[in-house]
Amino acid sequence: MDYTFHWRPVTKAIPDLLDAALLTLEAATLSMVIGIVLGMGLALLRLHGNRPLYIFATVWIEIARNTPALLQLFFFGFGLGAFGWHLSPFLIVLCGLSFNNAGYLAENFRGGFQAIPDTQIKAARCLGLTATQTYLRIVIPQVFRLVYHPMTNQLVWAVLMSSLGMLVGFRELSGETQFLASNTFRLFEFFLATAIIYYLLVKVVLGTSHLLSRKLFRY
Amino acid sequence: MSSDASAIQFFSGFQVNDLWFLAEAAGGTLLISAIAISVGTFFGCLFGWALTASRWTSLTLGSVLDVFRSVPLIIQLLLFFNFFPIIGLPIDPFAAGSIVLIFYTSALVAQVARGGIEAVPASMRRASRSLGMTYWQDMRYVVWPVGLRAVLPAWAGVALGVLKDSALVSVLGYLELLRASQILITRTQEPFIILSIVGLFYFALSYPISKTTAKLEQRWQYD
Amino acid sequence: MIELKNVEKKFGDLRVLKGIDLSVKRGEVISIIGASGSGKSTMLYCINALEQIQGGQIVVDGIDVHDKSTNLNELRRHIGMVFQQWNSFPHLTVLENVALAPRLVLGKSKEEARHIAEKQLKHVGLGDKLDVYPTRMSGGQQQRLAIARALAMEPDYMLFDEVTSALDPELVGEVLDTLRLLSDDGMTMIVVTHEISFARDVSDRVAFFHQGVIEEIGPAQQLINDPQKARTQQFLSKVR
Repeated sequence: MDYTFHWRPVTKAIPDLLDAALLTLEAATLSMVIGIVLGMGLALLRLHGNRPLYIFATVWIEIARNTPALLQLFFFGFGLGAFGWHLSPFLIVLCGLSFNNAGYLAENFRGGFQAIPDTQIKAARCLGLTATQTYLRIVIPQVFRLVYHPMTNQLVWAVLMSSLGMLVGFRELSGETQFLASNTFRLFEFFLATAIIYYLLVKVVLGTSHLLSRKLFRY
Repeated sequence: MSSDASAIQFFSGFQVNDLWFLAEAAGGTLLISAIAISVGTFFGCLFGWALTASRWTSLTLGSVLDVFRSVPLIIQLLLFFNFFPIIGLPIDPFAAGSIVLIFYTSALVAQVARGGIEAVPASMRRASRSLGMTYWQDMRYVVWPVGLRAVLPAWAGVALGVLKDSALVSVLGYLELLRASQILITRTQEPFIILSIVGLFYFALSYPISKTTAKLEQRWQYD
Repeated sequence: MIELKNVEKKFGDLRVLKGIDLSVKRGEVISIIGASGSGKSTMLYCINALEQIQGGQIVVDGIDVHDKSTNLNELRRHIGMVFQQWNSFPHLTVLENVALAPRLVLGKSKEEARHIAEKQLKHVGLGDKLDVYPTRMSGGQQQRLAIARALAMEPDYMLFDEVTSALDPELVGEVLDTLRLLSDDGMTMIVVTHEISFARDVSDRVAFFHQGVIEEIGPAQQLINDPQKARTQQFLSKVR
């Protein structure tokens, strides 16, 4: 083996990599927030929407779940370009991940809504709460607990998926790594370092989620 | 359609021939996914069993498999692909892609398989052991059929995930659906149409399986 | 006053209530007995419009419950209801369970709502459980919580739907004691129950439901000890 490992370029680039890792976390978290809002909406449309809205939600969910995330990303990249809409790399990743998150979370939420006993709603309405108050105060808090674990998994998935940003020119952790690696020709070293950073990121996300769940769900 | 007509035009619109090209590429997607899912499932079941066998294997094997679930697949692919030239063994994209996907699949399946074994109630296993079954008989005739039913939907979820994730092997240059779409987009400059068609291909592969599993899951819930 | 006039209720083709007439005066306690599926619980659901009716009229304090212009949220404030399944809100503490509706529906301040909740919880004997989550309590305690939650809205009427049926036998007593307490307070109550001796001792009148009609109604002691109709006699001999 005549390859010699050079770690200097990598150690020198660690601050850049960590900055990029923050960008990864940012994109993943933001796409998660948008995904939760949209996913909640899609779930409600599938449960209570009229026919056209039901179909709209179903089509969204099935596309998100049955095609590769990378294809979805390319759609927001080149696909929209066909209509003259050119999103920035960050927006491509954000839209792609949010679209995907919403589709997966919608099904989780739908399961959660269906798991809340009808009698909980009856009890709340009997106390004079309006339908909206019942949803906001009684149903949704309980649904959040039911879907908390799947939601955490989805966030981890979003962190990992955001690595596809490197293929659409977004310099999050993977994109930045590729940029630095091809400048220095130290591909293996850089990708190994990046793999370790991802591993740690995922651990941080899982740990935080666990701590948060203890604080949120004391019942 | 005459073949020289398409040869003259370098940039040309989407043609019927291109559908064949995409179908072939879909074959590439199916091939590499089938290898990854079948071999990965075999190892995954083995690992899953090992995870429940003892505390020690659970800890060591568990943390190794955890790595495959905590690092983006694309990074795993690039790392592996770039590692072999270093030790003087160039590797082709198909081999590299298959091996990484197999590891990745087995890590996911191991998780599912462990869940399946743990889904069999201890009381049921005590009952079978008290009837005089050996450990292996218990595994074969009680844990396997009961656990299989419990985890089949989760396993199908993993398999579908791998089918879609195989798109990432395109990064190494292996010709499958997504790679084919890139080639066609470069030639035709019609990204929207081509991405839509490729999306349909994936959908056609994935949707029937996901619907069947959902139905099975529902049916099994009630008996 | 709650008045039911010739009330009809159908689930599809199935007639569940076949012309119910009943009036409940302020301060009165009425127990409803009868076999499962005789329409007792359905009648309660119709009174606060959790179920629609297909004929007749239900009037509460002069308001037609099933009229389209009736503000149901406003109406339900005056009618408390407790179910067979206690339905405590698992994500809220005992105190929050009770304080929620006064805050949201009556617009009370946080302090006021807390005050009301504490008072009602003490009343039903849960004064020491304020900050506990309901999932950590017994069924009987959760059912008392449900009663306190309804009382916190200061309702004029209380509807009880088989509130002891889902409880372990040893927990029935504490909930019935709470109902007695309310009756002593002068609360107007309609109690659907299987507890015949409770019906006899606590209610003013008892109504016996059979297949969607009121087969017999009368003063509690008389109806239980000396029923006039054959079906009532049959039913009572079976449950005793």
